[in-house]
Amino acid sequence: MTGIRPVTNHNSGRLPPLLLLHPEDNILVARRDIAAGERVEIDGASVIVPNAVELGHKLARRELAPGTRVLKYGAPIGSMKVGAARGEHVHLHNLQSDYLPSTTRGEGTDGH
Amino acid sequence: MSPVSNQQGGMRGYPRSDGRKGIRNVVAVAYLVECAHHVSRLIVQRSGADDVHLIGFPGCYPNKYALEMMKRLCTHPNVGAVLLVSLGCESFNREELRRTIDASGRPVDLLVIQHAGGTTRTLNAGLEIVHRMRTELARQTTVPMALDELIVGTVCGGSDGTSGITANPAVGRCFDWLIENSAACIFEETGELIGCERIMAARAITPELGREIEVCVEKAANYYRIMGYGSFAAGNSEGGLTTLEEKSMGAYSKSGSSPISGLIKPGDVPPRGGLYLLDVVPDGEPRFGFPNISDNAEIVELIACGSHLILFTTGRGSVVGSAISPVIKVCANPDTYERMSDDMDVNAGRILHGAELDEVGREIFDLVQKVASGAPSKSEALGHQEFILTYKQFEPIGPACLPAA
Repeated sequence: MTGIRPVTNHNSGRLPPLLLLHPEDNILVARRDIAAGERVEIDGASVIVPNAVELGHKLARRELAPGTRVLKYGAPIGSMKVGAARGEHVHLHNLQSDYLPSTTRGEGTDGH
Repeated sequence: MSPVSNQQGGMRGYPRSDGRKGIRNVVAVAYLVECAHHVSRLIVQRSGADDVHLIGFPGCYPNKYALEMMKRLCTHPNVGAVLLVSLGCESFNREELRRTIDASGRPVDLLVIQHAGGTTRTLNAGLEIVHRMRTELARQTTVPMALDELIVGTVCGGSDGTSGITANPAVGRCFDWLIENSAACIFEETGELIGCERIMAARAITPELGREIEVCVEKAANYYRIMGYGSFAAGNSEGGLTTLEEKSMGAYSKSGSSPISGLIKPGDVPPRGGLYLLDVVPDGEPRFGFPNISDNAEIVELIACGSHLILFTTGRGSVVGSAISPVIKVCANPDTYERMSDDMDVNAGRILHGAELDEVGREIFDLVQKVASGAPSKSEALGHQEFILTYKQFEPIGPACLPAA
C-alpha cells in the first residue's frame, strides 16, 4: 500500500505548499505533495525539505527536540520521541501519542 | 452570515404518529437472527425495489441494546412499514418488537421461517407482503417539513491529514447554520474525541453537562486502552495522521462552534434543535469487543437517534451508504475526489486549492435540504444500503446529560 499519489498537476501553483493552521503550531501541513530536496518558505526563511512529504502530512516548522509537545490546530497532538530538524517530515518515526499507541498495517493482534 | 433555508415549500415529509416526519418512506425487511439473513436478503433483492431495505441483528442470544435499537430503527421516521423475518428458535423478542411497530401505526408483518415451511415458502410470502406494503405506502401523502424538524448526524471514515482541514470544518460550518435554523445535529465517536474533552466540556450549556462529557471521553479512553487499539487505522497514518489525539482534533471540527446541548446514547432522540454528542462507547466492563467495529455501526446508531440523513466525511475515500437514511459524502482530499468522484457528493478538497470554507459549508447546507427533499445522494443512487448491528450494553443517560432548554 503506497500513499496518495498526485493524480494531476493541480492548478495551485500560486498557493503556498504549506499551511499553518494555528499561530502557535510548531508543525505545518502539506497542501500538496512536496518532493525531496524541494525548497519551501517557512516563516520567511528558505528551507530545503530533506525527504518527500505527501499531501496532508506534517513537517517541522522549527527544530523540534525530543520530548517537545507538538501543536496542531493550537492543540497538543503528541510528543517527539526523537528530534526533527526544521522542514523535516513529522510522523510515526519521530512523533508519538500522549494517550494511546497508533496502529500501522502489518502489526499483529497486539496493538502495543 | 447564516444562510436561511431557501427551499420555499421544498422540503416535505411523511407524517408519523409520534409527530416526527420522514424524508423517505422505505419498507424495512428485518432479520432477527443471522439464520434468517439470507431469506430476508432474497425478499429484498427479488422485490426489485430501491425503497425496500435490509436491516437486522445477527445474534441468537438476547441483548437489550439490540432490541432497543431495532425498535428505534423500525419506527424511524424514514421507515413506512416493516416485515420481520425470524427463523423461529432464536431468543430475539420478536413479539415485543412487533407490538412496538404496530403501536406506531405502521404496517407490520412477521414471518417465522420454521412455521412458514422453509426458504421458498417464506420468500414467496415475504414478496407478497412487501408488495402489499409498498402499494399501501404509495398512497401516503407528504406534508410540508421545516428545518427545525430535521435531525442530521455526522461521521468520518477513512480520515487522513486533509480531513481536519477541509471536509470536517466545512461540515462544522453547515452544522452551525442548521442549528441556527433550529435543526438538531449529532456528532459522535467519543473514542475519536480523546484529547478534546476539555475544550468540548467548555462548550456545554451547563457545567454539569461539561463534566458528563469529560467522564464519557475518559470512559472511551479506558475502553480503547483495554482493547489495545485506539480508533486509528493503518490508512489514517498513511494519510498523514500520526496520533489518535491528532485524528481527534480533526474529527472534532465536524461539530462546528455551536454550544453543546446534550450528551445522548444510541437510541436517544434529541428533544429539540441544537448540537448533541452521541456516546457510542458501551458502559460497564468491556464485554462484547470493540465499541463500533466499522463506520456503518456508527451510522446505524446515529440513525437510531432519529438522524434523517448522514454527513460522512472521508479523506482516503469511503463508498458506503446506509439502509434507512441517505448518506452524503463530503470528500476532504482533492486527489481522492478525482479518483472517486462518482461516489462523492461534495469536493471539500478544493479548500486546499483556495476555495473558501464558507462556500463549501454552504454547498453542504444546500445539499442537505436537496436530499431531504427527495434527491438521492450519490451512495443512495448507487444502491449502497450497508447495515450492521452488534452486541453492546448501555446504562440510561443521567439527568445532567439533557439540561432543559
